[in-house]
Amino acid sequence: MALSIDEVAKVALLARLRLTPEELQTFTGQLNSIVEFVEQLQQLDTTNVEPLAHGIDIHNVFRDDVLGPSLPREKALANAPKRNSEGFLVPAVLD
Amino acid sequence: MASANAIELLAQLNSGAITSEELARGYLERAERLGRLNAFVHLDPEVVLSQARALDSKRRAGQPLGALAGLPVAIKDVLCVDGELTTCGSRMLKNFRPPYDATAITRLKAADAVLFGKTNMDEFAMGSSTETSAYGPARNPWNEECIAGGSSGGSAVAVAADCVPLSLGTDTGGSVRQPASLCGVVGLKPTYGRVSRYGLIAYASSLDQIGPFAHNVADAALLLKAVAGHDALDATSVNLPVPDYLASLETPPESLRVGVVPEFLGAGLDPEIESAIREAIKVYEAAGATVKEVALPHSKYGVPAYYLVAPAECSSNLARYDGTIYGHRAEDFRPQYPNEKDIAPLVLMMMASRAEGFGAEVKRRIMLGTFALSAGYADQFYNQALKVRRLIKNDFDAAFGEVDVILSPTSPTPAFRLGEKTSDPLAMYLSDIYTITANLAGIPGLSIPCGLTKSGLPIGLQLLGPAFSEETLLRTARVFEKATDWHTKRPELM
Repeated sequence: MALSIDEVAKVALLARLRLTPEELQTFTGQLNSIVEFVEQLQQLDTTNVEPLAHGIDIHNVFRDDVLGPSLPREKALANAPKRNSEGFLVPAVLD
Repeated sequence: MASANAIELLAQLNSGAITSEELARGYLERAERLGRLNAFVHLDPEVVLSQARALDSKRRAGQPLGALAGLPVAIKDVLCVDGELTTCGSRMLKNFRPPYDATAITRLKAADAVLFGKTNMDEFAMGSSTETSAYGPARNPWNEECIAGGSSGGSAVAVAADCVPLSLGTDTGGSVRQPASLCGVVGLKPTYGRVSRYGLIAYASSLDQIGPFAHNVADAALLLKAVAGHDALDATSVNLPVPDYLASLETPPESLRVGVVPEFLGAGLDPEIESAIREAIKVYEAAGATVKEVALPHSKYGVPAYYLVAPAECSSNLARYDGTIYGHRAEDFRPQYPNEKDIAPLVLMMMASRAEGFGAEVKRRIMLGTFALSAGYADQFYNQALKVRRLIKNDFDAAFGEVDVILSPTSPTPAFRLGEKTSDPLAMYLSDIYTITANLAGIPGLSIPCGLTKSGLPIGLQLLGPAFSEETLLRTARVFEKATDWHTKRPELM
């Protein structure tokens, strides 16, 4: 398969990345060579093979639901690019 | 200092022959003099010295001391240190100071280590050469025109150039072992779940693991013991006792069956590396090992499987960098292109912030992962990769029924020249062909120095073992170290 520029632009939007027209061009070429490379996995017959999400045999890990200390607000806000005294500021979501 | 190792230094600290402050000053002076290697991205002498002084007072007061008391340890800039710059080699996190310590850092502090700055790395640990770092590449101390390897290049260089006796890196597809190999030091990737990932800034969560760099196997054992063990803050950390890796190190393994994969010594391998690995096999035979061929028939699918699994996880993990809670935010995010006129300002802010904050390799992997997980393609790409991942693990399970360790090169080539592969992502990805399957299978592996090329570049030997076999791996590596002197070689640095 080959990805078109429009398809790559759609992926960029899904990934929330603004690409310049030049980047879009370069990435389309590079993604197509990588996709062609990873397509060799299709050669393998994986009928009846269970997917493996990670290598170690651990499953659901439960713990008691107990109240612990939380990050103080000031510490949580300290790295915010835009904030006021009690929250994170973002551009308006609704008009 | 230019030939010191951690355990000797610890003995001198404990005997009072040197103080932590003297040691830290010596290393700071050397790190500054070798600044051109670009091993460190943040190194504040006052922060280092105040820890060292505190350690010296603690020692003078006769208080009990931890296992690394007074030893400088450099930290890959992907591990959160409370209040200290932690930037992941990215413009995205240029001013980020985490509000808490990673568990590995908490444990180093509890062991009384002196945290010695943050080391250079490929951006968000994505790369094999430390060239994607927003701070410029680290340089290989054996040849400064060559790459250090990556992504933990700075941590490898810091030890190789004796700017610090120990360091921590992280390994998602070979990012500890490959730079260790290229810089002529020991690097170990533990079993998935052996070291807590809490506070390790995530790249690919099912593959990432923290591991030590050192000049020799004993020093690596010392540092691994200090950071390993169960942690309730990481649900994937495994609750198994941590062996005293150092105590058993001088005892050769009871069983020494060494597996060799014939295809790993064939096409694509640099001939000088091949001959060094064949010499290493002879060293093991002379030490009484049984060497036998094993098959890993699916290992050739390791790189393509990894480049679906890792980018998929990365695309999800890096979604958090949206210019809202921390990280870079674009000042100007007005629509620029015709297709942007219907996009909400909030989304445009995220798109512009991510465009400015991330470098090309990170963008490429986010795009690849987003594609591999997108509707209509997930089965064909991502799910198929997870099934191949199972086949790769099954290969290892079968092989470890017959042998105790698998021996191979760590890297198919010695350090290549800076810039040589930056325009060809696929060529760069193939640097990890021998290391990447261990991450997919979750098993441990280490790289130890086993030779030098004619042009004087280090060659690394990789040993892989079954899950939680770090103790056996270290003891097996020690057998090689006792019979050779490659681990004592140092680059000539002015």
